[in-house]
Amino acid sequence: MNRTHLYYLLLALGGAVTLAGLGAAHVMDEHGHAITGMTNQVVWGLPHVFAIFLIVAASGVLNVASVGSVFGDPVYKPRSRLSGLLCLALLAGGLMVLMLDLGRPDRVIVAATHYNFKSVFAWNVFLYSGMFAIVALYLWTMFERRHAVHTKAVGVAALVWRFVLTTGTGSIFGFLVARQAYQSALLAPLFIVLSFAWGLAVFLVAQSVMYAWNGHVLPETVRRRLARLLGVFVGGGLYLVAVYHLTNLYFARQGAFEAFILRDGGVYPWLFWAGYVVAGALLPMLLVLHPRLGRPRCVMAASLLVIAGAFALLYVFIIGGQAYPLDIFPGYAVTSSFADGAIETYRPSWPELLLGLGGVGAAFVLTTIGVHVLDFLPRDDESVGVKA
Amino acid sequence: MKSVLAALLFALAGSAGWAADRVPRPALGAARGEQCVAEPAFMRRNHMDLLKHQRDETVHRGVRDPRASLKGCIDCHASAETGSVAAAKTDFCVSCHSYAAVKVDCFECHASKPAGKTMAIAR
Amino acid sequence: MNTGDTEARNDDASGAREALAGRRAFLGIAAAGAGGALLAPGIHLIEVAQAAAPAGAAQGANPKVRWGLLIDTTKCASGCNECVTACQTENGLGTGTSPTDPQWIRKVEIKEIKTGRTASLPVMCQHCAEPPCVDVCPTGASFKRADGIVLVDRHICIGCRYCMMACPYKARSFVHEPLADQKPDVPRGKGCVESCTLCVHRVDRGGQPACVEACAKAGHHAMLFGDLNDPASEIAQRVRQVATTQLRADLAVDPGVRYAGL
Repeated sequence: MNRTHLYYLLLALGGAVTLAGLGAAHVMDEHGHAITGMTNQVVWGLPHVFAIFLIVAASGVLNVASVGSVFGDPVYKPRSRLSGLLCLALLAGGLMVLMLDLGRPDRVIVAATHYNFKSVFAWNVFLYSGMFAIVALYLWTMFERRHAVHTKAVGVAALVWRFVLTTGTGSIFGFLVARQAYQSALLAPLFIVLSFAWGLAVFLVAQSVMYAWNGHVLPETVRRRLARLLGVFVGGGLYLVAVYHLTNLYFARQGAFEAFILRDGGVYPWLFWAGYVVAGALLPMLLVLHPRLGRPRCVMAASLLVIAGAFALLYVFIIGGQAYPLDIFPGYAVTSSFADGAIETYRPSWPELLLGLGGVGAAFVLTTIGVHVLDFLPRDDESVGVKA
Repeated sequence: MKSVLAALLFALAGSAGWAADRVPRPALGAARGEQCVAEPAFMRRNHMDLLKHQRDETVHRGVRDPRASLKGCIDCHASAETGSVAAAKTDFCVSCHSYAAVKVDCFECHASKPAGKTMAIAR
Repeated sequence: MNTGDTEARNDDASGAREALAGRRAFLGIAAAGAGGALLAPGIHLIEVAQAAAPAGAAQGANPKVRWGLLIDTTKCASGCNECVTACQTENGLGTGTSPTDPQWIRKVEIKEIKTGRTASLPVMCQHCAEPPCVDVCPTGASFKRADGIVLVDRHICIGCRYCMMACPYKARSFVHEPLADQKPDVPRGKGCVESCTLCVHRVDRGGQPACVEACAKAGHHAMLFGDLNDPASEIAQRVRQVATTQLRADLAVDPGVRYAGL
């Protein structure tokens, strides 16, 4: 199968997945959210898990470009373009899911014209749109030779913007004072470190696949450096998650909630321990940091595991955090017709899954078209070993 | 030959213009009450601005001007047959709006019937 | 230098200045005229709106007032649902209690774990003075009126449900299905978030919320509605005399709903 055939096949597959997502969104809009698994107790479901992964990964994938432009590292510099493209594609996919999951997606214009600046959500609308503009500008400086002098300045701007954006994403949850799962200042830095890990994992997967399909070979030194960096980031994320839970365990009033997430909550402890801690953090770290491992297949496996672990963590964080009831009457056992005091059973539905996958599909389609049409692939023979 | 063709085309266009009843013209039934908020010509052009300006006043500031109340409009303009302003194609709001092809989504949330004519429970 | 030339130049200069002044004047008048033509319809609209307003309507919500509720849980019976039924009827909510059905007020049965003491009480939107739902709403659809009632402006609500995440009292519901036959006083629709409005349509007519009225009519008198800012009102006097609590007072959101007997 030649390159063009492969390209059209990928487009068809990605397009089909995206269309399925759009169809699911349409059905959700027609019939209302009653056809999903979301309720008045779990108000943000599977689409949000996908959307937040895509958005956080989008922010993190730009790290590669930042290290290249801002810090001038020669290993990262040739990868800056692909990093920028992936950032735009992932962000577009994530925002697509987020906007289509709104109760009134026809009112996106209202969201763009009415701002309550006390809301971090409103700030995020502004930050996400601005991110598109800045990364587009960033890519332009990379592609247009005359503007290459500005790459560093725009790169710094993109780096700062990215930090603010991811802090905002973490603060969406961190500012929720009433929920035991959130209400923590630690969430903003946690999201920043997670973005580094998830973004790099996505980058490594995309890069490996593109190299394989284009007959390029990634130099061993480059792979080792990137893989080790992934290990560091995953370790950092695991550390912050551990601190978050350990601190919570110290507070008597958080005890019941922590028991739910870590031990008694059924699917949530499973996903947390097996999905995130073991499969999504410890195993990838072993695969990339162990001196006897670090082969290409290990790096690919580690990256895929990190991504799977990300979904597991987000599922526990977003949905588990809502399934546990609000503590309106501390010290009391509570019952009511509105599920007060009761743990909600959330069952993800097909429309939600399709919508989430549709976002991934959209990111995939945008990346495929970008790489096919413009010169995004990294070229290692150029500047490895040469200080830029 | 060309002039004959042109004449034929003109005749067709002209007759199409005069026979423009594929889309039913708005048939506004008589409303109850004496005088509307303002002159019909003014209302035709500006009712959307009045409603939109007034809704922010009402919702956010709590200013309930009885003459700018949507309920007030519906009370007078509800059709005698359907009891609504948006149920049938000949009802007050829908007839003009379907003719002008301007979608109204007011009645996704607002009752289109006067008080007392709606069911007690939404379901 | 030829004085004639200078004069001629002066004449030219002054002629040019006159012409310029004339052009500026013309532009000024034209701009004023265009501005007037643009503004006139708007002014006319405002005229119509204001001319139409009778005396009381122009005042709107009074910032000196703070509407609140006092609920005496000792008078609240465990099986009684009068307030809930009244709310459902008044607002056209339906009686369903599935996880996707809206519940603006619900009866909550609580039992203190250590002592076994039980109580029953209705919980609804607490109409906080510092509402977390208002802080987090990206479009400003969730807002607090001048008289303390917290509402959702469904014209600008985009249905993001962030306010539902933020509310400490689980007061908000999301409309999961298309609706029909809404009450004319209570517009509500699919895809927007909603919660107890303190029956703002009744309050603005000088009435009381439907739940308070129903509780009184049933003879329990567990709910009291009034102006917390008016020292002479019954509710203000009662909260001064009797010990009352706010739910989750530790959050310092200052709810307008107070509970006695908890």
